[in-house]
Amino acid sequence: MLHTFVALVEDKPGVLTRVASLFRRLNINIVSLTVGESERPDTSRMTIVCDAHEHAAHRIRASLYKLETTVHVDEVDRSAAVVRELCLMKIAVGPDAPNGPHSRSQIFELANVFRARVVDLAPESIMLEMTGSSSKIEGLVQVITESGYTILEVSRTGRMAMRRGHHTSRVLSALGSRPKADGNGDNHGSKLDFHGNLGDEILPNEFENVHEEEI
Amino acid sequence: MSRPESGTGTTVLTGAEIVWATLEGEGVREVFGYPGGAILPIYDALRKFPIRHVLVRHEQGAAHMADGYARASGRVGVCMATSGPGATNLVTGIATAMLDSVPIVCITGQVSSKVLGSDAFQEVDITGITLPITKHNFLVTRAEDIARTIRLAFQIATSGRPGPVLIDITKDAQQTTASFEFAAAAPSAARPHPMLRAESSSIREAIALIQSAQRPIILAGHGITQSGAEAQVIAFAESQQIPVASTLLGLGSFPAAHPLNLGMMGMHGESWVNHAIQEADLLLAFGMRFDDRVTGNLAHYAQNAKKIHVEIDPSEINKNVRVDVALIGDLRGVLDTLQPLLPKRTDTGWLRKINASKGTAAVRDIINLPDNGHLYAAHVIHDIWREAQAAGREHDTIIVTDVGQHQMWEAQYFKHEVPRSLVTSGGLGTMGFALPAAIGAKTACPQKDVWVIAGDGGFQMTAAELSTIVQEKLAINIAIINNGFLGMVRQWQETFYEKNYSASPILSPDFVKLAEAHGIAGAHIAKRKDVTPAVTKARTSGQPFLFNFQVEKEDGVYPMIAPGAALHEMVHRPERDPLLETAEDE
Repeated sequence: MLHTFVALVEDKPGVLTRVASLFRRLNINIVSLTVGESERPDTSRMTIVCDAHEHAAHRIRASLYKLETTVHVDEVDRSAAVVRELCLMKIAVGPDAPNGPHSRSQIFELANVFRARVVDLAPESIMLEMTGSSSKIEGLVQVITESGYTILEVSRTGRMAMRRGHHTSRVLSALGSRPKADGNGDNHGSKLDFHGNLGDEILPNEFENVHEEEI
Repeated sequence: MSRPESGTGTTVLTGAEIVWATLEGEGVREVFGYPGGAILPIYDALRKFPIRHVLVRHEQGAAHMADGYARASGRVGVCMATSGPGATNLVTGIATAMLDSVPIVCITGQVSSKVLGSDAFQEVDITGITLPITKHNFLVTRAEDIARTIRLAFQIATSGRPGPVLIDITKDAQQTTASFEFAAAAPSAARPHPMLRAESSSIREAIALIQSAQRPIILAGHGITQSGAEAQVIAFAESQQIPVASTLLGLGSFPAAHPLNLGMMGMHGESWVNHAIQEADLLLAFGMRFDDRVTGNLAHYAQNAKKIHVEIDPSEINKNVRVDVALIGDLRGVLDTLQPLLPKRTDTGWLRKINASKGTAAVRDIINLPDNGHLYAAHVIHDIWREAQAAGREHDTIIVTDVGQHQMWEAQYFKHEVPRSLVTSGGLGTMGFALPAAIGAKTACPQKDVWVIAGDGGFQMTAAELSTIVQEKLAINIAIINNGFLGMVRQWQETFYEKNYSASPILSPDFVKLAEAHGIAGAHIAKRKDVTPAVTKARTSGQPFLFNFQVEKEDGVYPMIAPGAALHEMVHRPERDPLLETAEDE
């Protein structure tokens, strides 16, 4: 099954290798991996989607945490999360396309239905930009292909994920609703907790209504 | 310049001096290494610092020495090598430390930062190479980063589940200057694994399981000694009357002579230990990781038992064996929490049942048979133990083994009463480990008697370190168990490959002459009656000794569980001679 992990890691040379090497070592294929800046300075946010056994999630998460460069790991499979992917797509559209002179306007209509945008228009091609869930992107690809058009290029970023509603203490302190944490940010789990309290890691869902609806 | 004092105020030093000043500040007194081009600035600065450098003969030896030093003493072992081949030679030793969670810090020289990645002379990407076999590694290119990195490396090596850390320092970082203040380079408090918690609900479940268990067993692993929880384990086992079985690396963490001690479990564990595990209704795994040599066939492993896993590394939970309760945390802390919550138990029925199942196994044991003129490895090892015991040195003897048959015989016949008295490569199974690791152990613990027990094959892998012993004036005693074969390979070929002894007979030099060439006294011994006097002579001489024990050629280690077989499907000791079966326990 597919597992999605969000990892905050130090923004340093070689960190990507350490993460990638961990999956290689476990003989797990990475389906997609996106890396970019996060809300914290010197910290990158990775969304890693991998195809692994149902029971592998715990071990992957625990192993990611073992990397000295890992700050935080979250597995978003079991929680409601917004998962998005960006796709650029170049389609052969011109006088020779299946619908000839009307081909461009048909692509425009399809793009509209899928809320994709036209970002480049050339005499013989159109480039679309689309953001959405993977299935939505695959839906657009399928419709365009079945309409007889030739897709020249597809570039997908891979998934990015963010939990709905459940906010970490870090985010809330950034929003000013909790006392400002020290420079190191979250400190949950910083000592043996025999009282089994999840502490401030997960807080009640107070922000449910602010999300855009999933398509 | 005068020698800088560590810990007081700021001084301006070269990167090379910062390396030594930081090591000194961390309490390092000995370093094992080998110089070369890219680390020459560090070696040039050595004379200004009160740190003893042990020159090795091969960098693999340096890593094993740091490893043996750490295992024997509990302190971080430090080794050094130059770039390129010096660094790659460390690899086997680093992997050995990784698999057995031993805290060592390896410092390697690297080509200048300006030519990094250009295939410069003796350049190799050692941080890339060692990435999967270190707990963490660093590439340092600026002098001002050296102190902070070394201090962080010590923290990483020792915190949580310990392990090796490598620091690769470019030559220009060693040569340029930076201000140095030991205290200011302290890392922030160790970041514990965020999944590290023994939750109260799990504690409650564990207590319920322990209280309802009729046939519980403690599986004692390396983590007991790593955590310093020996006293807690003894108190726990005694208060609950739970028998204790050990992994190879767990030997010594629970006293061998303790009435609750069962002995080693697994592939070459005694039959009653493995049968007891298969019959148990509760396994308490203390700082062990259910290695395949311990479990046998997982599908048939302890099927009737609930399992409680106390482990500091959350990634070990449910890795090989699915457990019912996981208590993630430092063993000592977890046991301190558990102990007061459990009422004392006095029922010894389960232990008596296990002891009754020993049957004739002890009688068939070679060690209990009278001398038939042949020398067996078991005799040699047993007699080394007896001799140490008779001399009152059993708590002050460290046995360092190589890998193979003799290693298993050592585990069976040397009774370890105290922790850190057995140094052996368990996880990686590194041949050639014994001699250099013993040098590390003796350097760390000069007051202890250190014995190398090695096979004729493994000893030849790192025999060059004999001259290190002499140069460093270390009184290490060496017992070579010589059977003319790569013994464990031969035993597997006998059992699983129809006695096709492919490449397992090995020719050896005259080890005694080899020792003589190094100025080390030695002797050939082929009769059991000669063993104990020789051992006494070696132990009391204050000099290194080498004995070539010419033992039975085709002897096998038993009991044995074939790979893929379940824990109870073991091959018992063969009955050697029916006439000798009536022999009394000596």
